[in-house]
Amino acid sequence: MTHGLQELLKAVLASPYTLPVIYGVVIVAVLPLVAGYVVLVERKVMADMQARLGPMRVGPHGLLQPIADAVKLLLKEDIIPEKADVWIFWLAPLVSVTAGMLALAPVGIGPAFQIARDINVGILFVAGISSLGIFGIVLGGWASNSHYSLMGALRSAAQLVSYETAAGMALVSGLLLGGSLQIRALVEEQAKQGVWFVALAPVAFFIYLVASIAETNRAPFDLPEAESELVAGYMTEYSGFRWSLYFLAEYANMMVVGSVATTIFLGGWLRPFAGVGGAAGTALDCLPGALLLGVAGYCLYRAPKQPVAVQKLVMVAVAGLCAALAAALLAPVFVAQALWMKPGIHGAFWFLLKVGGYIYLFMWLRFTLPRYRFDQLMRLGWYFLIPVSIVNVMGIGIALVLHWERGMHLALALGLTTLMTLAVAGVLVRAELKREEQLRQGAAGDAYAG
Amino acid sequence: MLDKVIFYFFAAIAVGSALLMITRRSAVHSAIFLTTTLLATAGIFLQLRAEFLFIVQIILYVGGIMVLFIFVIMLVNLDVAAQQIQYSRQKWVALALALALAGQVGAMLWRAGKLPGQGLLVRGVPAAESLPPNAEAVARSLFGPYMLSFEIASLLLLVAMIGAVVMAKKKV
Repeated sequence: MTHGLQELLKAVLASPYTLPVIYGVVIVAVLPLVAGYVVLVERKVMADMQARLGPMRVGPHGLLQPIADAVKLLLKEDIIPEKADVWIFWLAPLVSVTAGMLALAPVGIGPAFQIARDINVGILFVAGISSLGIFGIVLGGWASNSHYSLMGALRSAAQLVSYETAAGMALVSGLLLGGSLQIRALVEEQAKQGVWFVALAPVAFFIYLVASIAETNRAPFDLPEAESELVAGYMTEYSGFRWSLYFLAEYANMMVVGSVATTIFLGGWLRPFAGVGGAAGTALDCLPGALLLGVAGYCLYRAPKQPVAVQKLVMVAVAGLCAALAAALLAPVFVAQALWMKPGIHGAFWFLLKVGGYIYLFMWLRFTLPRYRFDQLMRLGWYFLIPVSIVNVMGIGIALVLHWERGMHLALALGLTTLMTLAVAGVLVRAELKREEQLRQGAAGDAYAG
Repeated sequence: MLDKVIFYFFAAIAVGSALLMITRRSAVHSAIFLTTTLLATAGIFLQLRAEFLFIVQIILYVGGIMVLFIFVIMLVNLDVAAQQIQYSRQKWVALALALALAGQVGAMLWRAGKLPGQGLLVRGVPAAESLPPNAEAVARSLFGPYMLSFEIASLLLLVAMIGAVVMAKKKV
């Protein structure tokens, strides 16, 4: 009996499917928690930018707020409108969440942590599957049988279709530089060339940044859920658990676009200055551990100042967690036996740090810029981003041909074509400004005529 | 073995949802089942190790065309459509055509069984590592032997696009 069990265990461990399945389960299990804490960070960032404190009550500095929120959402009543299309109403949030989570499958969180390892079209898979999430939004909006929901769904569909072209073109620029669709190959190419593609194709990165904000329905492009016009857009009729699924999908999508941008433009799991070795390299390797040790120290310093005993305890626990992570990050640098763990652990750290930075950029923009009007959004997409992105792809193609066929230095060729793209963008902006000026004058003239 | 299971799984979904797509009264439900059919077909492509085709099918048909379909359907008043007669008077024509198609498929299966070395079903699927990278292979054939047809197709699409713009524009 035990013998058979051992054999079975061995077979399971040897199977090529075991590790991916474990990774998949981990991602599905951890993602809601991570999303909850991203929400907390978002509220804290917002509070900071508005000179407030943000959530402070549940746990020290509101650290347990996401758990309280999750319990609240799970216990809330799940209301289904009387005239809703019940099946689609049930299904729609699931579609969004599934698409968001599935899209994470080929994403490489560090060289060791990747579910779908050798999928040939990795980047296309992520982009394509995550765009299926729109079905959840559109169907949910339609099935609610409510005007606000339908308007939100329509806006969302129009917005996604408009901005997907620009985002795709921006990705193509990165893929041209990397010469592959495979995520691993893209990162390795950036390691080989010794430069992140954001430095080679800054315009493409900018276009992807704008388009990905629009695709994830985030402010300033959050028109599908614009609360001042549409109550809550496509989620107006949703409540409780289903509503939180939409929220989870939104945050999963943010992580997906962050991962794509990180992989293509920000060097994936590579350390900054990945080529640098020796003493400077060791110093850079120590950076993540030192950072976390600093956080742990700060937590310990703050712990005695918490008002309640439980909060003190939680603060110390957080410090312990940070210290443990720091130990895990520092051990491979100094202990020779643990060296094999270094690429995996450090890769994951840098990757998550970059994705976190990208998401922070999202929040920063959200709390800085006012919401666009819908026609402005459409004009920005069709009259500016799409033409510029097409010119950019052409420019990068030309630069690569100049580099390969004529032997021109790559940076020089790319610099020239980037200037060309910027010139085109300048012309477009000027035309747009002129049009707005004319519109304003026309409106003023009308006012006087009336 | 696993390949066969995966194939029959996706094939069953594709056929089943194709049937449901035709028989549903609500156009939105039909569109959803069309989407699942397309997704299941994409799954069969993936089982055949045609990764590029798989993802292009999803991006273009599901992520692009079906979104626009549903977009349009949502704007249509479905209550009127639901009360109209669903099947027009082409029952007998349809039956004859279906029988003809069934005969064709049957004849093909019967003849394929007689050919030496080729059974009814596809040969074993090659291992993923033995195949050239998908996207590159597609690009080579598109811009190599099929250059002319590729250009013709893109020209057609361009014409259609310009036509749509002209028709949508109020005054030139």
